[in-house]
Amino acid sequence: MKAAMALAAALCGTPAFAGWEPSKPVEIVVAAGAGGASDQMARMMQAAIQKNNLMKPPMVVSLKGGASGAEALMYMKSSEGDPNKVLIAYSLIYMLPLSAKIPFNWRELTPVSVVALDQFVLWDNSAGPKTVKDFVAAAKAAGSPFKMGGTGSKREDHVLTVFLEQKTGAKFSYLPYKSGGEAATQLVGNHTEANVNNPSENLEVWRAGQVRPLCVFDKERISYTGKVTDTQSWADIPTCKEEGVDVQYLMLRAMFLPGKVTAEQQAFYVDLFHKVTQTAEYRDYMEKQALKPIFLTGKDMVQFLEEDDALNKSLMTEAGFVAK
Amino acid sequence: MEAFGLLLHGFAVLLTWKTLVLMMVGLVLGIFVGVLPGLGGPNGVAILLPLTFTMDPTSAIVMLSCIYWGALFGGAITSILFNIPGEAWSVATTFDGYPMAQQGRAAEALTAAFTSSFIGSLVAVLLITFLAPMISSFALKFGPPEFFAVYLLTFCSFVGLGREAKHKTVISMSLGLLLAGIGMDTVSGNLRMTFGSPELLRGINFLVAVIGLFGISEILLTMEERLALRGHAAGISLRVVLGVWKDLPKYWVTLLRSSFIGCWLGITPGGAIAASFMGYNLAKRFAKESESFGKGRIEGVFAPETAAHASGTSALLPMLALGIPGSGTAAILLGGLMVWGLNPGPLLFVEHKDFVWGLIASMYLGNVVGLVLVLTTVPIFASILRVPFAAVAPMIVVSCAIGAYAIQNAMFDIWLMLGFGIVGYVFKKIGIPLAPFTLALVLGNRAEDAFRLSMIGSGGNLGVFWSNGLVGSITTLAFLLLFWPVIDGLLARVGVTHRTRTTSH
Repeated sequence: MKAAMALAAALCGTPAFAGWEPSKPVEIVVAAGAGGASDQMARMMQAAIQKNNLMKPPMVVSLKGGASGAEALMYMKSSEGDPNKVLIAYSLIYMLPLSAKIPFNWRELTPVSVVALDQFVLWDNSAGPKTVKDFVAAAKAAGSPFKMGGTGSKREDHVLTVFLEQKTGAKFSYLPYKSGGEAATQLVGNHTEANVNNPSENLEVWRAGQVRPLCVFDKERISYTGKVTDTQSWADIPTCKEEGVDVQYLMLRAMFLPGKVTAEQQAFYVDLFHKVTQTAEYRDYMEKQALKPIFLTGKDMVQFLEEDDALNKSLMTEAGFVAK
Repeated sequence: MEAFGLLLHGFAVLLTWKTLVLMMVGLVLGIFVGVLPGLGGPNGVAILLPLTFTMDPTSAIVMLSCIYWGALFGGAITSILFNIPGEAWSVATTFDGYPMAQQGRAAEALTAAFTSSFIGSLVAVLLITFLAPMISSFALKFGPPEFFAVYLLTFCSFVGLGREAKHKTVISMSLGLLLAGIGMDTVSGNLRMTFGSPELLRGINFLVAVIGLFGISEILLTMEERLALRGHAAGISLRVVLGVWKDLPKYWVTLLRSSFIGCWLGITPGGAIAASFMGYNLAKRFAKESESFGKGRIEGVFAPETAAHASGTSALLPMLALGIPGSGTAAILLGGLMVWGLNPGPLLFVEHKDFVWGLIASMYLGNVVGLVLVLTTVPIFASILRVPFAAVAPMIVVSCAIGAYAIQNAMFDIWLMLGFGIVGYVFKKIGIPLAPFTLALVLGNRAEDAFRLSMIGSGGNLGVFWSNGLVGSITTLAFLLLFWPVIDGLLARVGVTHRTRTTSH
């Protein structure tokens, strides 16, 4: 989406600050369950930081997926001034306050950097229809609506399902599970007909040949051409638009500090995560999990967040998920 | 023998100095909490869980499960020496263990208790080793209706098979279900019963509740009763140990029966407490001179201890393979697994072989090491009870508070823990069992989600719970267990005790 801008930002780099450094273990706060995409990403960062000695104190991953991730948001909100906690955020920062009236606003936190954009893919069981057209036809012909698994209610997966219904005319029963991992397992066990998981959430079951990617919800194909399964790479998955279903959605993966931290503390983390995006661990992870690399910070990041917030708000409103 | 190869791999994962040291630490801590009244397996594990957050999952689970084994062993010590069951499942052990101690046969009773504990868990571990891979492939068959049926089975078996008054079990369970509803509702994405409080957003953490309900309330009770801890001196000599072991083969029927009961109740979550009573009652029923039970008969120690340990151990199987805890402690370990980033469930056995088989191997090693440790340290642990209660109690309260705080780094949870302590105290006073309450608090949300997902999937048709053989038989079994007291009564009236019944649905 903003790849060019990201590249520019990444090239400029950020000057190293000799000022503030954490003296205690730093917590990466994950607003999702164990094994989900956020958790995996946090663990990659933990490994990248420790293996490359990017920071002296250890980094620990702290899972706060309670209340569909609201636990993590409230935790960050109440940790004002604590520079030893970093949130790995995704679109819930826009959606939860709208759907569940959580008293939270991302503007109260300190933005550090946007580190990646995550894709969404339409998956079905490997025994199911082989193309989007067949899938939509089968869904329309089915006696009872196809079951679509996803994470949480009134969130990105649910929004995508609603737009999929609008664009295709097929009806789905949306089943909200607690995590993307659960949605994956349930698709493998044939308890649902499809899901719209992030690539990382379905990667292992795809490699095991248990699910099939039908299309990716982006305007262009995923760029990675390395083979993931015996025959397919991420780039082999057509876009949904190519297949006649024009639905697009990309999700941010961004780092935030609690509110009221000092400029030196913020600068330390901007530098730290910039270094993380330069590591081999990060590059491997981006490719393996089919994420779009991006690095935004400072004014660029705030501008991105504002635009993204407005976009998500309009999607949520259109889907009818904004609490009155 | 794929299982055998994997098990050897597990031993290889396990046999490092670090893991062995953690194992010993866990066992000693476990025996310690088992001996102390007021702390128990679930509490010990709950309190020490945050300490393991920074360890790798295998080390962490090995240490925690060793605390669990230690507590299972330790619970018997106070039952026999002081007539104070250190653990709820040791209650049945006091029936014959304490009389034996009074007759000066304490060493014999302790050896019997430890040995039978060891046998019980050994049988259960063997079961896990050879059944677990099968159960995990079977587990993929579980969709929302199947999961709900299993939860229903658990709730129903508590009501139907529990020893407490039925209405009290139902009251306790309903309160638990009510509290489980607090916080974010996954299915609708809305908040429930939070009354605008950000603290309640997270919901009630069941570890906090457990620490309060069991730990704090026991302290309150003990304070009130001014518990005098007067014990019998216990020393164990090799001669006594060998003497008991020589007599073991005579009791093979009792040992086998209790192991079987334990495994069954552990896998279909009935719990170690039910298992120990059932083991004792059946041993008594089938014994030749049943009136000598309760007067210091060694079989009366063998039977409940074997069953309690078999059940405590096998309860880990449904926890690992299905993500459904078979006991309170297993439920806390389940929480731990998630904290360490492991999703208990069908794919755990496929995706985390090192972890699973390391754990299973640790069950073998932990039990052998535990048996030796417990036999040699009895005199030391018995001396804990000579420390004045006034000195021990504050330490327990502080450790409970630290435990409750550390789970979510929230001060609010300490108040919550104290509140639950008072609730637990009142419940114990008016005889409402705590186990159904905790069970409902742990499983309430999952059961509700599973039910509602089933309803969304089936378009509101309840027939989905009988839609295939698997879910149908679990649901039917659940209702059978719920109405078991009625059915049992009817059968007894007709004069039929043994008959194969076929259920249709």
